[in-house]
Amino acid sequence: MTFNYDVPGDDFTRAGEASGDLKKKLKKLGFPSSVIRRVSIALYEGEINMVIHANGGHITADVNTDEINLTLADVGPGIPDIEKAMQDGYSTASDQVRNLGFGAGMGLPNMKRNSDEISIETELGVGTTVRMKILNQ
Amino acid sequence: MTVRDIIGILDAELLYGDDELLDQEVAHACGSDMMSDVLAFVKDQAVLLTGLINTQAVRTAEMMDMKCVILVRGKEPHENVIDLAKDRDICVLKTEHTMFCACGLLYQHGIRGGEKV
Repeated sequence: MTFNYDVPGDDFTRAGEASGDLKKKLKKLGFPSSVIRRVSIALYEGEINMVIHANGGHITADVNTDEINLTLADVGPGIPDIEKAMQDGYSTASDQVRNLGFGAGMGLPNMKRNSDEISIETELGVGTTVRMKILNQ
Repeated sequence: MTVRDIIGILDAELLYGDDELLDQEVAHACGSDMMSDVLAFVKDQAVLLTGLINTQAVRTAEMMDMKCVILVRGKEPHENVIDLAKDRDICVLKTEHTMFCACGLLYQHGIRGGEKV
């Protein structure tokens, strides 16, 4: 089954709504808590990134018994240097974002850590699409 | 130790939590104002001590399956924080202690960080 979420880019307080909702749904569907935790962290990090860097976007979660596939698509500024962005601690977030508790440069590395596969397509000035697969095991 | 015990140790004010939440057993905690770090490094800690007073403190606790958020330095949470905590069934406490002292007091009473060092 597929779940779709629009992530508003103008309201930081709502960042995480999609992750929270998917978490509830996966719980109801009976997925193990370890899998739900990985999905929740990976998606929440992605959702936060969408809000602070890309003015929102769209999330699609394809859920089946073997795996969960998450697609996060935005039409933001794109990632200039993916290699750097994947390094622990590298961040381009503003001080304002850090004051809100994020922007420590752990987002993308943490998304990678919590997923079994990750791919990032990005084009400057066009947008970014992140795909993550989390196996139900 | 239960969340109810923590209220006594930290002389904390209960902002949200019913009896069931207050009677939950907790053994590990973490303290951070950076939710990025909590999401990256925390494993099975049930309590989050933080000076962050926006909704993301509760959302982070939710994603990490934490049971209780403790706001340090006597900070008042933003208005929608408690509503979110109620909806997500997460206990919220407030203490006048600083982060350092609140963590120290909990450690003194047997709460650990859960790290493998």
